[in-house]
Amino acid sequence: MMNKTLLIFKHEFLHTIKRVGFIIMTLIVPLLALLGIGIGHLISTVTKPPVIEIKTMGYVDETGNFDHYTTRGFTKLVRFGTQHDATQALIKNDVSEYFVIPSHYMSTGMIHRYTLQKEIETPLFTKAVIKNFLTSNLLAGKVPPDIVNLVESPLNLKVTRLTKTGAVASEQSGIGNIIIPSVFAFLLALSLMFSSNYMLQGLGEEKESRLIEVLLSSVSVRQLLTGKVLGLGAAGLVQVLVWLISGPLLLNLAPSSLRGFISSIHIPPNFIVLGILYFVLGYLLFAVLSIGIGAISPNAREGQQLALIYTLFGFAPIWFLSLLLFFPTSPIWVVLTIFPITAPVQTMLRLGVMDIPAWQLIASIAVLGLSIIGGLLLVIKVFRVHLLMYGKRPSFGEIIHNLKIG
Amino acid sequence: MRTRPIPIGQIGDIVGYYLKKGGQSMKAVEVNHLFKSYSGKTAVNDLSFSVLPGEILGLIGPNGAGKSTTIKTILDFIKPESGDVTLFGDTLNDSSKNQLGYLPEERGLYRKLPAIDLIIYLASLKGMDRHSAEEKANALLEQTGMLSNKKMKIEEMSKGMGQMIQLIVTIIHDPTLIILDEPFSGLDPVNTDLLKKMLGNLRDRGKAVILSTHQMNEVEELCDRILMIHKGCAVLYGDLTEIKSRHRGHSVFIDVEGELGELPGVVDRRSYKDSVEFILDNVTTPQHVLGQLLNQGMIVKRFEVATPSLNEIFLKMVGDHDE
Repeated sequence: MMNKTLLIFKHEFLHTIKRVGFIIMTLIVPLLALLGIGIGHLISTVTKPPVIEIKTMGYVDETGNFDHYTTRGFTKLVRFGTQHDATQALIKNDVSEYFVIPSHYMSTGMIHRYTLQKEIETPLFTKAVIKNFLTSNLLAGKVPPDIVNLVESPLNLKVTRLTKTGAVASEQSGIGNIIIPSVFAFLLALSLMFSSNYMLQGLGEEKESRLIEVLLSSVSVRQLLTGKVLGLGAAGLVQVLVWLISGPLLLNLAPSSLRGFISSIHIPPNFIVLGILYFVLGYLLFAVLSIGIGAISPNAREGQQLALIYTLFGFAPIWFLSLLLFFPTSPIWVVLTIFPITAPVQTMLRLGVMDIPAWQLIASIAVLGLSIIGGLLLVIKVFRVHLLMYGKRPSFGEIIHNLKIG
Repeated sequence: MRTRPIPIGQIGDIVGYYLKKGGQSMKAVEVNHLFKSYSGKTAVNDLSFSVLPGEILGLIGPNGAGKSTTIKTILDFIKPESGDVTLFGDTLNDSSKNQLGYLPEERGLYRKLPAIDLIIYLASLKGMDRHSAEEKANALLEQTGMLSNKKMKIEEMSKGMGQMIQLIVTIIHDPTLIILDEPFSGLDPVNTDLLKKMLGNLRDRGKAVILSTHQMNEVEELCDRILMIHKGCAVLYGDLTEIKSRHRGHSVFIDVEGELGELPGVVDRRSYKDSVEFILDNVTTPQHVLGQLLNQGMIVKRFEVATPSLNEIFLKMVGDHDE
């Protein structure tokens, strides 16, 4: 005879993975990837190579010092005698824009630019063209042309990461590192939100129909809730495994150009193990939180509104991703890595940006694990006390009072 | 307690039950001095009663009387502030839960599940293995005329069919104690009759049944003993026949051919369409009145000692208690 917790686990697991929402969420990731690959193939076969257009810009030189280097790369600079001529050329679309080097340029460094476009800021490309033109002409005749070229060239910085022993590290830094963890973190957050919803819906249905009373006449609150939490956690594991297994299979289908890009993406070595671990722990924690909310909510709809509080917290690391990229060493990320609700998503994102010290990972996993166990014990008590409060949500004070008196 | 002949085939069940309990007549439920309040308002106050194997106890009372609190305390859903509840001589545990069948007042099931899967799942939570659960489920579905609907999802069933499925779930594991909260509400006459037969059968097989209901006629028809609760307190508890006898009014209903004259010992009379009720004084007995009528040469078409209905007793008790 099967243990009652196992029976509930099996029922909840099967019930969850048969849900339309779960199936869509699980399959949508590989399907979207497949769609992207298909579009990639289509674009590479249908699209003709782009025709490179030469951009023509005008300028008026009131100093008389700037008449060299007028053709650089895909840009051609046309000199006008007066600003009026330049304006006429701009109106006729002979030039895309023009700039004026005033007579006082050598003392002020001021340049005036004229364009028909509405723009917040001068495009970086235009800035670079004007700057290189001015620099080249200022240096012309004073230094050799190769020095002029070197001055114009952007910084060609090649970074090599070393280990503490001085050897070249197996995992090198790069923007590609953040791509997989970011996608994974986003999917995790989304998945946690959905799972939380499943739990609340299920509990709401059982409470509203009083089926919960039939269940609790057969099993204890502990058996029921443990089975539910583990069932949802196992469903989460299935979901992440489907995603992880489908990844390499889909890569083989990708067009060669995309494969080249993907092969340049590095996945942190501990990412898969930690990814699975945090995914399952995240599922378990959100299941526990959902049960707590479900216990005190009179119906599923009100429960879902309350659940927004912690699901928004779960998403918080994604909102702050740009800040993480610019300030990766801020202590706030350590706090979010250890705080259980944000830990799963925050850890995934940080793994792509930097190495997380072992103590932080251990602390994060320990806090997450303890939160799940402690939360489950507390939730069992809350659930038991508020089981029969149909149609009324207890106040925080009532919950505390009822917990005290048992 | 009323006695009735026990079918030979069911004697084994009963003997087996008692042997399993070490040969002693263990109370299925024993409630002692139960007290529970919500936010200072008393729900159940010093309530004590017991239920024996082979009897149906009717739990009756108006809305808010404390019936649900009592049932939920027995089921260990809520903890009493004082008093205790024992099931089969022990506090409720995993083993005794397997001997328990509970039908809540408001009924719902997993709407997306086929009936047979749902029954098997809930039966497995009562300790049944899949094979036995399926076998028993098929037998009960056949008994209720629903075998052909066993693969139908609950959401596709009518309300009555859903209720019968819930009833099957309640008894499939052959529980020793069955708690039914308003089991007749929403049932059509055919299913009501079927349920009554099933309950009678369960009692005859030595099962203890607690029947919480508003429907006094069902209680009168089915219950051996009753517990009447009002404002959390037991106002009436005991054998139904004995209670009705105790509350028997001191009057008789008479219908005779001819004119009824004055009779000694009759203090008042009330006329009805087809009879007259004679209210007797404290010393006159119904037999004395009947004797007088016969002595007067009256042809008696009807002579009935007035027995109050349970509903009348209920209203009287509630009225007395409120005063």
